[in-house]
Amino acid sequence: MRRLALAVLLFLAAPVAAEDVVASLSSNEVAITTNFNGSEILIFGAVRREAPIPLDAPLEVIITVEGPSRPVVVRRKDRVLGIWANTEMVDVAAAPTFYAVSTTSPFEEVLSDANDQRHRISVPRAIRAVSSGVEDQSAFIEALIRIRQDEDLYQYNEAAVTLRQSTLFDTAVQLPANLVEGDYRMRIFLTRSGEVISQLESDISVRKVGLERLTYNLAQNQPLLYGILSLLIAIAAGWLASAAFRLIRT
Amino acid sequence: MQIYLPIAEVSVNAFLLLGIGGIVGILSGMFGVGGGFLITPLLFFVGIPPAVAVATSANQVVASSVSGVLAHLKRRTVDLKMGGVLLAGGLIGAAAGVQVFNILRQRGQVDLLVELCYVVFLGIIGSLMFVESLKALRKTRAGGVAPRRKHNWVHNLPLKMKFRTSGLYISVIPPLLVGILVGVLSAIMGVGGGFIMVPAMIYLLGMPTKVVIGTSLFQIIFVTGFATIMHATTNRTVDLILALFLLLGGVIGAQIGTQLGTKLRAEQLRILLAVIVLAVCAKIALDLLLQPTELFSLSNSLGGM
Repeated sequence: MRRLALAVLLFLAAPVAAEDVVASLSSNEVAITTNFNGSEILIFGAVRREAPIPLDAPLEVIITVEGPSRPVVVRRKDRVLGIWANTEMVDVAAAPTFYAVSTTSPFEEVLSDANDQRHRISVPRAIRAVSSGVEDQSAFIEALIRIRQDEDLYQYNEAAVTLRQSTLFDTAVQLPANLVEGDYRMRIFLTRSGEVISQLESDISVRKVGLERLTYNLAQNQPLLYGILSLLIAIAAGWLASAAFRLIRT
Repeated sequence: MQIYLPIAEVSVNAFLLLGIGGIVGILSGMFGVGGGFLITPLLFFVGIPPAVAVATSANQVVASSVSGVLAHLKRRTVDLKMGGVLLAGGLIGAAAGVQVFNILRQRGQVDLLVELCYVVFLGIIGSLMFVESLKALRKTRAGGVAPRRKHNWVHNLPLKMKFRTSGLYISVIPPLLVGILVGVLSAIMGVGGGFIMVPAMIYLLGMPTKVVIGTSLFQIIFVTGFATIMHATTNRTVDLILALFLLLGGVIGAQIGTQLGTKLRAEQLRILLAVIVLAVCAKIALDLLLQPTELFSLSNSLGGM
């Protein structure tokens, strides 16, 4: 009984969310068609509050878009007998295939490390722990992030979110052409002095459609049929070209 | 025009793919090589994942080989009997090679072995062909007749068979052994094996160059066809859309290549092929010897290649 009373007290003592986030997307579906060449998602929203705007610290917004996680192997080359060969490797259990963090201000200013740890917001935190016997494991994780950043698969878009009158915000996230299909998670965090005060989550569905869908399903579900089909197409194409050239010559 | 590839899950320029297919197709028609040793590295270069590149190029090689063989059949420059013997050996070799490949894969380092294989075999074959055809070219220029085929140990083995198209009466043991060797190597290196087969037929079996190309293409169809089915069923890495674009360029290129091939002399053809083989060899060797700008590489945990 005493414990319950304590819990109720604690609950009441906790600050009631004074500021709440409401948001929407330009579209919550991305269709990968045959001529898919990347896409842009517009995210916009507002801060709802029942009290006057607190003036103690500026309001900041963090928006993340995260692709499905997959395991990945990071290998390092070293010189062995004059040849550059893969020597050490680190197995990463799960790393997002896409990850974009957009903020209103430089990342260190909008989020404290403790909050980052709790909500897994920054790129290194979004990558799940790894197990390996390699000593300098962090070098491998840094390499993973560096390589994916070069391909625009991991993005830090600092100051890319525009916040108007501490109420309205919006940003655009560029999805590159090399997109993996799956459910993408969009998260919005409101922070003040590094503390998360409100958050919102929403899904973006990225799907192959039409010919892309058909090919992928066939390859996965009917591999033998797919293989034979590939062969028949190859043989037919070879024969057609040969026949066509014979016609041209005569 | 960008095209999204459903299996590779990357977006690439369609004309780039047509171009790659076309260049490899021309080489295929001219020299009777499948072009696997060239198309696979080219696909890596445009960002296709290695596993998809290897599997899909096998499929593309089938198409350009069919196109080339039909052109050669018309000119009666395919030795079907010899092709059959080589193929029998090739399938035995490929089955054994797959086993070797799996053992090496479990030990890791299979990529390095494949690259070393490329350097060693391309290097040896390229330089041998280059030196030999240069000599032959000089001899014909000097006004002498082309050297007659010598009788060597190959002609003293039992189980003799008549290969009319090639004008040979030799034992079936050497072609069978060549087939097995090429089968093993093509399973390990993921190529049709034309660049090993062609010189082996010319220098080891003494077949005339004109017949060699059609016959090599004939057996490559079956070896790469087998590989395509294997990749599609075990790894699911054949990308049909990617294959279609490569095919389109490839089959047209193969026809042009066959035409070009009839205009060039046999020695010139061999010198050209030797130069290409040596160039690819040098590129792979440099990649192994020079310090790469990015020491780290990513791969999904499934793909060994």
